[in-house]
Amino acid sequence: MAAILFWFFAALMLGFACAVVFNRNPIASALSLVVSFGGLAALFVMLDAYFIGTIQVLVYAGAVMVLFLFIIMLLDLKAEERRKLNTGAILGGMIVAAAFVAQLVAVIEELPFGTRTFPVLHNRLYDVENVGRLLFSGYNLPFQVVGVLLLVATVGVVVLSKRELK
Amino acid sequence: MELTLDDYLLVSGLLFGIGFAGVLLRRNIIIIFMCLEMMLNAANLSLVAFSRFRVQDGLPNYNGQMLVFFVITVAAAEVAVGLAVIVALYRARQTTHVEDISSLKF
Repeated sequence: MAAILFWFFAALMLGFACAVVFNRNPIASALSLVVSFGGLAALFVMLDAYFIGTIQVLVYAGAVMVLFLFIIMLLDLKAEERRKLNTGAILGGMIVAAAFVAQLVAVIEELPFGTRTFPVLHNRLYDVENVGRLLFSGYNLPFQVVGVLLLVATVGVVVLSKRELK
Repeated sequence: MELTLDDYLLVSGLLFGIGFAGVLLRRNIIIIFMCLEMMLNAANLSLVAFSRFRVQDGLPNYNGQMLVFFVITVAAAEVAVGLAVIVALYRARQTTHVEDISSLKF
């Protein structure tokens, strides 16, 4: 049952990821990416990472993609007009990406522990509690640095969006 | 049929490959940006898979999930700044097509 669900969500995620690349309309691409991130959140939940799965839906499928759609609609981007496609560039891009994936698959095949199944969890999983404990103890400093980073990003966005840069 | 670590790594690698192909093939700067997000998420999937694979005291190794948490946070900040840059660029040039923005080209 778990294997069927895994392959279903993996196929959903990869299919809509391909739709992002091959759609000509940016809004259709953005909506495909939302579905793709939803499938990825399902995979996170299947790996018992409930907190990360929730964050994935809230931050990525929610906030980030709304921002993307907002900008696409603000700029009023229509579907791209058919430009003369540069076949050499497209072919080159395809070959580089395919070679990269082939290399990755070869490395994964070589992995000595890759064919092992996931060990069973024999402790009760309080996922959010465990994440929170580690976040506020071992990762306290990075957590605060990330807070500063978010502040800097907010200020930077406000400065960048001003009409006149002086 | 039990799921193995290989299955998750393969799916993660394929997602990364699709994002990589999108960055190389597309010429719309917003689509390129979306494909970059896809590549970040592919990395997150393999991190979570390894975290679940390395069980300690009957619990997943949460260090991997911490890294995923920070990647998601930084990616959110990056998207906000990147889209602001794209809006500023669009105001200056009225285009989001990378081939029209070539003033830095030698």
